[in-house]
Amino acid sequence: MRIVVLVKPVPDTTGQERLGPDLRVDRVGVPAVVNANDEYALEAALKLVEAAGEGEVTLLAMAPAGAPETLRKALAMGAHRAVLVTDPALGGSDTLTTVRVLGAALRRLEYDLVLAGADTSDGGGGVVAAGIAVTLGLPYLSYAAKIEPSADRVVVHRLSAVGYDELEAGLPALVVATQALGEPRYPSLKGIMAARSKEILTWSLTDLELGDAPVGGAVTTTAVVETHAPPARAATRVVRGPAGGAAAEVVAFLAERRLI
Amino acid sequence: MAEQRSYRLSTEQIELRDAVATLARERIAPRAAEVDRTAEFPWDNTKLLASQDILALPFPEEYGGLGADLLTVCLAIEALSSACATTGLILAVHELASLPIVTKGTKEQRDQWLPDLAAGKSLISFAITESGAGSDAGSIAMRATRDGDDYVLDGAKRFITHGSVAGLVVVFAVSDPAAKRHRNLSCFVVETNRPGFSIGRLEHKMGIRGSPTAELLFDGVRIPATNRIGAEGEGFAIAMSTFERSRPGIAAQAVGIAQGALEFAAHYAKERVQFGKPIAEQQMVQALLADMDASTEAARQLLYAACAAIDSGDGDGARWAAVCKLVAGDAAMRVTTDAVQVLGGYGYIEDFPVERMMRDAKITQLYEGTQQIQRLVVARSLLARS
Repeated sequence: MRIVVLVKPVPDTTGQERLGPDLRVDRVGVPAVVNANDEYALEAALKLVEAAGEGEVTLLAMAPAGAPETLRKALAMGAHRAVLVTDPALGGSDTLTTVRVLGAALRRLEYDLVLAGADTSDGGGGVVAAGIAVTLGLPYLSYAAKIEPSADRVVVHRLSAVGYDELEAGLPALVVATQALGEPRYPSLKGIMAARSKEILTWSLTDLELGDAPVGGAVTTTAVVETHAPPARAATRVVRGPAGGAAAEVVAFLAERRLI
Repeated sequence: MAEQRSYRLSTEQIELRDAVATLARERIAPRAAEVDRTAEFPWDNTKLLASQDILALPFPEEYGGLGADLLTVCLAIEALSSACATTGLILAVHELASLPIVTKGTKEQRDQWLPDLAAGKSLISFAITESGAGSDAGSIAMRATRDGDDYVLDGAKRFITHGSVAGLVVVFAVSDPAAKRHRNLSCFVVETNRPGFSIGRLEHKMGIRGSPTAELLFDGVRIPATNRIGAEGEGFAIAMSTFERSRPGIAAQAVGIAQGALEFAAHYAKERVQFGKPIAEQQMVQALLADMDASTEAARQLLYAACAAIDSGDGDGARWAAVCKLVAGDAAMRVTTDAVQVLGGYGYIEDFPVERMMRDAKITQLYEGTQQIQRLVVARSLLARS
């Protein structure tokens, strides 16, 4: 059971996300963490390998050169190794570049399953996984609430508005994870210590077969022309305290304004 | 003059500390008030500490431990204690009660007991105190009578942390009544499922209320002589030698409690508006907070320096352990009392955690050697050096 999990370092959402002077996300000034949805994908991968009693989980990321520190937590959760594609030319890349680069990286890896998070907290595009599946000709099983692999097939419960659909495909396949698969584990202390000696392979663009079309920040198909902050909210009142008193305060507030 | 030892937290220590702090903030802090209110031992937190390898920290790697040094263990105790003093104590007692086995046990004894302790499958208590023997540990009365290949234990211990939840108890008893004081004690490991062992009273305490403090009754408890740690008559020396590595753990608990109180009070001061502005803008409140921060930081730095000195085999480890516990305990009491003060009337009610933190802090001035005992140790060392 060989699983590749796509992970992306993103700015820590508990901090202040900032845009740099070039209107791109400031990835230098803000500490990076693994995208939260990717942690759910990783947790699912770790559980599958544990259930199978054998196998390995490989992380795959396209990220700036400082990413290894961020990937350590994912390695500490139990992933066996990481592959990092990093190149100065990739700064400011759009979704299309990301799809092509990660697709080219996957061509160099062997796997039964690729797992990905639904979207990222910084870009929010939610299309990279689908783009990769199309590029590589992999079956695409999205929004998985359950993943049941067998020797050469995988069954996925795909969340829908009314319940779930049961999908089945041959391996290798690409599955998009949801939070329904289960909370990501905290890295154990032994995991943290072991992570220091796990392998992080670093590839640059020259290590990948990308064909002739250029990739990277220089050839983005979208550009940020302007940004606006949302309008300031009116003063908010925070109600604290034990539930009984707080509820009374909220009711009084709403009643005062004739909302109830 | 003692060589100056300085410490520097390694990247790994910082990672371990931050991992414990995250766990404390997300999984332990939310239940801290309930643990205090119900005074129930938090088995769920214990299982969490075990599954995250936190209870494995103090044990050698060959037994499934992490082989962490004293400073690293204290970093973890501090991080846990800022969320919940009861939970910080779980790690602190697990470390300190195991010390006789880890440091003085034979290979057979270490093989027998350490793996389950490192895995967190079993808890362990340290039982020296009796109703009539607190600070005066030398006057304990519990008897260990040799009988063939066994010892038979008779007596009672009092105020034993985790005594009612531990699978193992490290007990100190008089094995030779005729010997001189301080040479008459031996150290034994007792499995708590042995016939004759029972729990007496459980104390209702001011603070660390989730931590069970038990009276242990030994009525003809028979143990094999192979359960004795060290030689006969070596008990007192073993107890004294463990203080060097146990007192910093309590200092770490105290620093953690102080830090938790400080952070809550500072956060509160920024939000509480009186006279048209946050009270954090009032100089008297700033003065309180500043003194709280200074006390906590000073206690923390002394603790870390003490751990580094003790880990590196400084000859005066007893003095380092005593001075860091002395300073940290007093700091915790002062800082938590001031935290209540910052919150004013709200600090006095259960809805806010600082009154619990103040009640929790007091014990750090009392157990693992009272502050008065610590002062004796510090003075003795100072005068010997002068």
